[in-house]
Amino acid sequence: MTAADTTTKTQRAPFGQQIRDRWNGLPRQQQWLISIVFIVFLIFLPILNPAGITTEPGTDFPISLFNASRYALIAIGLNVVVGQAGLLDLGYVGFFAIGAYVTALFTSKDSSLHHLPYLACVPIGMAITMFFGLILGIPTLRLRGDYLAIVTLGFGEIVRLMADNVPALKGQVGFQNVGHPPGTRDNGLPIFLQSDGKPWYWLTIGVIIVVLILVGNLERSRVGRAWVAIRDDEDAAEIMGVPTFKFKLWAFVMGAAIGGLSGVIYAGQVGFVNNQKFDPVTSILFLAAVVLGGSGNKVGVILGAFLISYIPDRFTSIAEYKYLIFGCALVVLMIFRPQGLLGARQRLLTYGRQAYQRIAGRPEQLDTGAGALSGDSRSGAMGGGDL
Amino acid sequence: MSEPDPTETLVPADATLEDLSEDQIVKAVAHHREATVGVGETLLAMDEVTLRFGGLTALDSVSFDIKRGEILGLIGPNGAGKTTCFNAMTGVYRPTSGHVVFEGRALRREARHQITRLGIARTFQNIRLFGEMTALENVVVGLDARHRTSVPGALARTPRHYKEERSAIDRAMVLLAFVGIADRAADKARNLPYGYQRRLEIARALATEPKLLCLDEPAAGFNPAEKDDLMALIRQIRDEGYTVLLIEHDMRLVMRVTDRIVVLDFGRKIADGLPEEIRADPAVIAAYLGGSDDAPA
Repeated sequence: MTAADTTTKTQRAPFGQQIRDRWNGLPRQQQWLISIVFIVFLIFLPILNPAGITTEPGTDFPISLFNASRYALIAIGLNVVVGQAGLLDLGYVGFFAIGAYVTALFTSKDSSLHHLPYLACVPIGMAITMFFGLILGIPTLRLRGDYLAIVTLGFGEIVRLMADNVPALKGQVGFQNVGHPPGTRDNGLPIFLQSDGKPWYWLTIGVIIVVLILVGNLERSRVGRAWVAIRDDEDAAEIMGVPTFKFKLWAFVMGAAIGGLSGVIYAGQVGFVNNQKFDPVTSILFLAAVVLGGSGNKVGVILGAFLISYIPDRFTSIAEYKYLIFGCALVVLMIFRPQGLLGARQRLLTYGRQAYQRIAGRPEQLDTGAGALSGDSRSGAMGGGDL
Repeated sequence: MSEPDPTETLVPADATLEDLSEDQIVKAVAHHREATVGVGETLLAMDEVTLRFGGLTALDSVSFDIKRGEILGLIGPNGAGKTTCFNAMTGVYRPTSGHVVFEGRALRREARHQITRLGIARTFQNIRLFGEMTALENVVVGLDARHRTSVPGALARTPRHYKEERSAIDRAMVLLAFVGIADRAADKARNLPYGYQRRLEIARALATEPKLLCLDEPAAGFNPAEKDDLMALIRQIRDEGYTVLLIEHDMRLVMRVTDRIVVLDFGRKIADGLPEEIRADPAVIAAYLGGSDDAPA
């Protein structure tokens, strides 16, 4: 943290501050109730297909929603690495690709490997991506900042080039008829059809909820605190007894697992895996979702992922220019709101809510409010410099 | 010495700070240590420690002992190597030659976080708190040095996780009360006033349950009244059985609070003794007032 960065924070507009304060002030039960109502709304969204929101006729609305939810899952995984532990990963698409390829290799008829049921691919795909997370992490996590970004970018490219060039991975020809979860409808067709996005969307929503709960468990524990400490000041964290390498590796491995899981789901829905969907630009798009929504804020990154995926589907006339538009949006955002649409926000104690209420009679300070940052706080020079 | 259980409940879970007497706070801060055991024994020894950066010799075979239960002052003009000395002790730099011997054991390849777990904690000259965490969370990170829950335990929410979390909040609050900043426990560290940030650093370092607490200019930027309060706090920390190593520029403070003083100049130890001896030492006076040892008499 530098002085310049503190100054930008003082100047920022209180975007959505009231909404956030109101939400934080609500009792726990009401927050749950509102969340459940919202989730029910999301579940019925593809059936309601509301005019104005729908992406039809350009794109099938349930499919578009599925893609948005898939991006959201990826963003949650990438947020563990980038937002919580502060490790810039530009090769996240590599993990996504590995998940997709594992599914294809074990379920497609085009593969010579032993065939497994789709559901078996979920743990296998996650385990293999976690293994690759370890392989990538052990040598590279001694690097910091830009260097780490360059190496991870290279990793993403290696995975893609392997898909291009290793004969067993079939390059552009790819794998047809990738498996899908079991279950049949009344008319004998499988529930999880490629043409019907609804079951896939609901499945992904369910997966997201489970993943959010688990990631939340990590956040409100020693692990989450270690990650935020590493993000804030890695040297100080190490000196305060945080085994930084171990926890950075865990962040990589957990992020990889979620990326792999989304790859497994993606391969099932599309039913076809080849080397075309895993280029570095996709990695950057994932990262853009995280940065746009608010790195370190789970709700924020879901919002960012939704925007990144939904806008080109909804406004098909501008879809061609999506990279231009997202690029400009990011530049503008970095100038006026470097923390993303929703700034970082974390709860790091399992019993924090009760504790802060008991101690201070109010919830903890979740974001660095513009008003709260008064003159005296700036005199305390934070971080930077030598030890 | 048996390993204390860090998760042992110290204060009733529903107790507010007002319920706790000063005595209880003090007991809870130092609950795990047998204050009087081995006072006067050598806790840490710098054994001919030399540290070179390229052609620059930052420390030149520096040797001194820190004894259990004392407040040792480390002083010297700017650039004398005081902070480098800290960095050598806490594993930030490895000595080019010589050893840092802690509790009779030479530190060799221990990672910095392992050295913290062995029992050396420090604060920083330029405050380095975790700005995006609340004061309470900062202290809990320090306590986490003694916790064992990792990713599997946190995912599955094991009983140990709950036990650690519950005791961590109690202990962190006690530590914040001990350093006198409990009223701002819920604020982000970066929003705390300067003096609070300095005290929070001390609380965070104490949370790692150190045997040796190294304070790097804790009074920098304080006015005289604040310095007096800080001195009282440092004495209180020592009285709880911690050993304190103090780097400080303010001579008045150093002379009044320390039991013994080591003086460095240009990376060499030039004096070592009681405050009154140091005050009268010609080499120290020369170092501070400008040397004249090689000037013609």
